[in-house]
Amino acid sequence: MKTLSFVAGAFLATAAHADTLTVYTYDSFVSDWGPGPAVKEAFEAECGCELNLVGVGDGAALLSRLKLEGVRTDADVVLGLDTNLTAAAEATGMFAPHGVTATWDLPVAWSDATFLPYDWGYFAFVYDNTKVSNPPKSFAELAASDLSIVIQDPRSSTPGLGLLLWVKQVYGDDAPQAWADLNDQIVTVTKGWSEAYGMFLEGEADMVLSYTTSPAYHLIAEEDATKSAAAFTDGHYMQIEVAGKLAGTDVPALADQFLAFVASEKFADIIPTTNWMYPAMMPAGGLPDGFSTLIQPETALVYPADQAEAARDIALDEWLAAASK
Amino acid sequence: MAGRRVEITRTTVFGALALAVVACLTLGTLISVGLRAENTGGFGPSDWAAIRFTLWQATLSGGISVILAIPVARALARRNFPGRGALVTLLGAPFILPVIVAVLGLLAVFGRNGIVSQSLIWAGLEPVHIYGLHGVIIAHVFFNLPLATRLILQGWLSIPAERFRLAASLGFKPGDIARALERPMLREVVPGAFLVIFLICLTSFAVALALGGGPRATTVELAIYQAFRFDFDLGKAALLALVQFAMGAGAALVAFRVAMPGGMGAGLDRAVTRWDSGGWLVVQDVICITVAAAFLILPLAMIVIDGAPGLFNLPMPVLWAALWSVLVALASVALTLTLALPIAALAVRRGSRIVEGVGYLTIAASPLVIGTGLFIVIFPIADPFALALPVTALVNAAMSLPFALRTLVPALAGIETHFGPLADQMGLHGMARLRLLWLPRLRRPLGFAAGLAGALSMGDLGVIAMFADPEVATLPLQLYRLMGAYRMGDAASAALLLLALSLAMFWLFDKGGRVDADA
Repeated sequence: MKTLSFVAGAFLATAAHADTLTVYTYDSFVSDWGPGPAVKEAFEAECGCELNLVGVGDGAALLSRLKLEGVRTDADVVLGLDTNLTAAAEATGMFAPHGVTATWDLPVAWSDATFLPYDWGYFAFVYDNTKVSNPPKSFAELAASDLSIVIQDPRSSTPGLGLLLWVKQVYGDDAPQAWADLNDQIVTVTKGWSEAYGMFLEGEADMVLSYTTSPAYHLIAEEDATKSAAAFTDGHYMQIEVAGKLAGTDVPALADQFLAFVASEKFADIIPTTNWMYPAMMPAGGLPDGFSTLIQPETALVYPADQAEAARDIALDEWLAAASK
Repeated sequence: MAGRRVEITRTTVFGALALAVVACLTLGTLISVGLRAENTGGFGPSDWAAIRFTLWQATLSGGISVILAIPVARALARRNFPGRGALVTLLGAPFILPVIVAVLGLLAVFGRNGIVSQSLIWAGLEPVHIYGLHGVIIAHVFFNLPLATRLILQGWLSIPAERFRLAASLGFKPGDIARALERPMLREVVPGAFLVIFLICLTSFAVALALGGGPRATTVELAIYQAFRFDFDLGKAALLALVQFAMGAGAALVAFRVAMPGGMGAGLDRAVTRWDSGGWLVVQDVICITVAAAFLILPLAMIVIDGAPGLFNLPMPVLWAALWSVLVALASVALTLTLALPIAALAVRRGSRIVEGVGYLTIAASPLVIGTGLFIVIFPIADPFALALPVTALVNAAMSLPFALRTLVPALAGIETHFGPLADQMGLHGMARLRLLWLPRLRRPLGFAAGLAGALSMGDLGVIAMFADPEVATLPLQLYRLMGAYRMGDAASAALLLLALSLAMFWLFDKGGRVDADA
């Protein structure tokens, strides 16, 4: 009898264990000050399951991680790719349609059936306005200045990839020269956004590649108005971050429930003051106050998802050639 | 006679088995890498840049270490002062110091907010740039200046004291002594020291990972990791692995042809009496020794100062990682000895340099080359990430093997010379000979080899970075992740824990070998 109840107990424990949804995401999402804790609490209250958020480096590293793990991956959902990577992610054949319909508040029309947008923003160089009095207004001015910058590796980080495509869209065939001009400014190239932003805050560089929305974090969370984003007359590259469901998930219903949650107002409510991006869906109360002080780019630059991959390959070769000199 | 034949067979069988494992790990993985590398487009500019950077930084690191080591070694050779013995012992410490701990300490000293940069800014000068080539060189010199100093110091102490006496009686000036005694010695010792350091820096991974400045400062080892983790390009990783092996093997061959100064040895504890070194030479020597000691001690002191407050308040993942690291290190110790003892036995019994040479193969094969090969072999049959810790233990054992052999082979040869004939006469063969003769006599070298293997594995950040699961990490990897998240307080505490565990690992095994139960 004892054995039987032990077996039953073990069985029940296994059954309970099966109700875990594993979500691969980027490091800053799961950090204590990121959206992770709030998302976990809100979704677990709703699903009666365990949400296991796993940080695997930065956004672009997510995709290579999936390719490395192949069909053996534990991930049920991936959250943190962006439109520059969706074509490549789609091509792996590892993703299933999201099946969610929603009204988005995005600067572009959304029709992707596999990937679900959850937030968006513009890349920008962020600086300390008490130290940098005359911020550059374009890549050309940045290259001509003596300001140091930290950027991220486009092979592992979505901001790094965004900068690559940003420069490519501004300069086209002259991009290699633009990179050569910027080379002196670059203190180092980090693997992910967290490393680079941390280095900037520690004073290792004058500017860091981040988002136009980053100053809102310092303003709202720290009541610190010393950080600003430099507005570039070249225009700013736009990023739309997405989530997708793995076709091989062993908890498809839970994965669907999570995607529906990502496309809900509850999730949109968490994003602005934790991920410091514009939510893909406007919360009922609108955006927090600090967001109105942010710069609004005059020109939004973006490659459509189907062209981003080809542009990435060319731009990556150009950058590697220029940056390794 | 029959017994002897059986005994030889047993030594041969176990030895051959161990050799086969080593050959599989090095040449086998290399073949799997080679097969995989066939179907790939050649190198892009960034790959050539990685090859150039690897050779250039290794040359600079070796050159600067040796050049700086000469005045320090000379100062240590001709001065006697309290704490000299401790300082010479300390020069051996970087060998078992986890690379990532040293990097964190160097950041605290040379980073933008470090002591040196802040002093430079205060003095109105430009701060040090720790990222990129500068940082890689600073870290490599930190690790290899002590090694170079020890090797060159040994050269100085090998000059018989009588020659200095003779030189003094002939009225030699310091310049004459340099010309007649010191420079000929340096010409013999310095090339070997340079090559050893060049070879070590050739496989630099963790330093370049933490301090490299993007594509401009990427070593081939790091490029293998990037091809693997960033692009999932196994073909490219394999091709780079072949290049890495070729460079390592080439440098190792040259190094073995050049007379190699011995790494460890007695007689480092006394200064030769000298008559030529008064006056300003004293000042010069004091400066050399002080600066070198500060360069070595400051980064470690920073780790202790920054890390101590949070040491008993470490986050759970760090403690888990510490546990995994200890288990991996213990497994690695067991594997190292299991491989080293049969190979040493075979090498001694056969008197074969070739057997020992195969054991040294792992010097040329870098951890990431072996890792890439293992990944290619494992991937079709099992989940490589689930095997991250066993693979790490195995690769770490392979990396410790040359040091274990270097320790065990001469010791075992000595035992066989002294006690072999007697043991043969008494019919002491097989397990009995192992149990009654070899193991008791080999206690000290075995303890030393085990301590080295344990400490090296404890601090390793190489193949684990390649295979790691997001949820399982060894302590060095966890420390690297904390640095990435800029949780510098936690990172410093984790570094202190790692430092303590590495030293404890070495100390316990080494001490264990010295406890003489038979006496």
